[in-house]
Amino acid sequence: MLSDFFKRHVRFSVIEPDMDDLLHKEQAFAPDVKFRHPDAGARLEVRHLDLSIGTQQILKDISLQIPENKITCIIGPSGCGKSTLLKSFNRLIDSVDGVCMRGSITLGEQDILRSDGADLIDVRRRIGLVPQRPCPLPMSIYDNVAYGCRIHGIRGRRQLDAVVEHYLNEVGLWDEVKERLRESATGLSIGQQQRLCLARSLAVEPEFILADEATSALDPQSSKTVEDLFVKLKEHYSIIMVTHTLRQALRIADYVVFIYMGEIIETGNAGQVFHHPQHELTRNYLSGVFS
Amino acid sequence: MFLLTGASLLLVLIMGIGLYMKSAPIFEDHSLWDLLSASEWKPFKNRFGFFPFIMGTVWVTGIALALALPLSLLTAVFLTEYSRAWVKRWFYPALDILAALPSVIYGVWGSLLIVPWISERMAPHFVEFSSGYTVLAGGIVLSVMILPLLVSLFVEIFSTVPQELRDASQALGATRWQTTKKVVIRRSLPGIFAAVVLAVSRALGETIAVLMVCGNLSQIPHSVFDACYPIPALIANNYGEMLSLPLYEAALMFAAMILFVVVLLFNLLSRVILYRLKKS
Repeated sequence: MLSDFFKRHVRFSVIEPDMDDLLHKEQAFAPDVKFRHPDAGARLEVRHLDLSIGTQQILKDISLQIPENKITCIIGPSGCGKSTLLKSFNRLIDSVDGVCMRGSITLGEQDILRSDGADLIDVRRRIGLVPQRPCPLPMSIYDNVAYGCRIHGIRGRRQLDAVVEHYLNEVGLWDEVKERLRESATGLSIGQQQRLCLARSLAVEPEFILADEATSALDPQSSKTVEDLFVKLKEHYSIIMVTHTLRQALRIADYVVFIYMGEIIETGNAGQVFHHPQHELTRNYLSGVFS
Repeated sequence: MFLLTGASLLLVLIMGIGLYMKSAPIFEDHSLWDLLSASEWKPFKNRFGFFPFIMGTVWVTGIALALALPLSLLTAVFLTEYSRAWVKRWFYPALDILAALPSVIYGVWGSLLIVPWISERMAPHFVEFSSGYTVLAGGIVLSVMILPLLVSLFVEIFSTVPQELRDASQALGATRWQTTKKVVIRRSLPGIFAAVVLAVSRALGETIAVLMVCGNLSQIPHSVFDACYPIPALIANNYGEMLSLPLYEAALMFAAMILFVVVLLFNLLSRVILYRLKKS
């Protein structure tokens, strides 16, 4: 039996020749084929976004376009609204009481701020999240990776096995955990847990990945592994990363957004922003005058 | 400090030994199995069967839990996962008030409202006659009593689930309900279990409210519309009049010991299961 998810998305697969095959046979999930949304490759764009929580305005008139297949680093001092902006992309900010947003965030034709119900679920599937602290769900390693697929209706055993193996391989975790897939995910080391979280996000085939200081809780070695993974993954995904570490941004960013007090001060290619900042505040921030 | 802590533990032990010593005379005439399995309760003829009382307690507690558990679980889920801040602000103090009401008030409420409702409205659909003083009345009153306790425990347990876990689940496209079911409740299972055990322990020992609505007939209930006689009610009702018969006193002490042991075992069992769950 083909799941709803499979039916919905396979139809619009960018690779045409396999389509009939996939629809008529219950074939193992073929992760090298991108079962992406019909609107795959859509632009993620923010226009005149104002966001306030209660009476406090957190983001002011943010306009931004996320470049495709690049690592976009959002930098800025603590409390400037970086994480809030990131959480607005997939509307996780909704869980904060008293949030009020004006303006628009669009993903292709879809207005994220006005999405609800099924549309919002669709947005969240297309924009994955890697959390700040690794947080494996209270289940086994296998179930963690399969969780998203099951949520979206994929139940076939072979299909799930293939998804789990593929994405654990993708994050370089398969060889380390293949003997203990049924064990609780909390038994993994912190670095492994974070890679598991990344595999879990990738398993629902997002187009964008949001990473909220994804390496801040990790040791240098694990941090390097995750960074390398992001660099590898940008071939297929557009990655938006909030980071506190300028060195990290310097190492991996292709595009940089500098935010200060809820406003975008400067955006541009990493080389340009880091080496020839246009704005006084950017220069000061990069030279460590404030952090 | 250490001595005081030790003394409070010792107190439990002394209570246990005291109850055993007081109930010892009854074991001279009757075996433990006879006492637990016999159904006849005629103290003046030296027949002490505790089975009806045990069954009464089990029925009332079972019904109370069956009614209160889903309700309290859903209430706690609503409060922690769905409701807005102002709902919580109003609801939590209300729960505390409910939890603090003396049990005799629940008893009065039960006999004024629930008993007539069962007798006049509900029972006629199922049986020919019911006084209303039934297992069901006891179950309903008890469930209302343990409801606030369960809700506040569940709310506390759900609040300890980190927001990051909910975010992680919702970020994958899970709905709130899916997140609640598969992440929040799953993660809280050991806590839920411990809360249920605590509530059952309280329900098992509750005396005055059930005494006022259960009918207090020493019979094995066969339906929810039969009267029953839970153990705590038995002890409370008869303690004053037993002085003339030494064995009667021993029998009531034995009833108290059953309660004591069951509640103690329940708590121990919950600790063991919690420990195992945490370990795995």
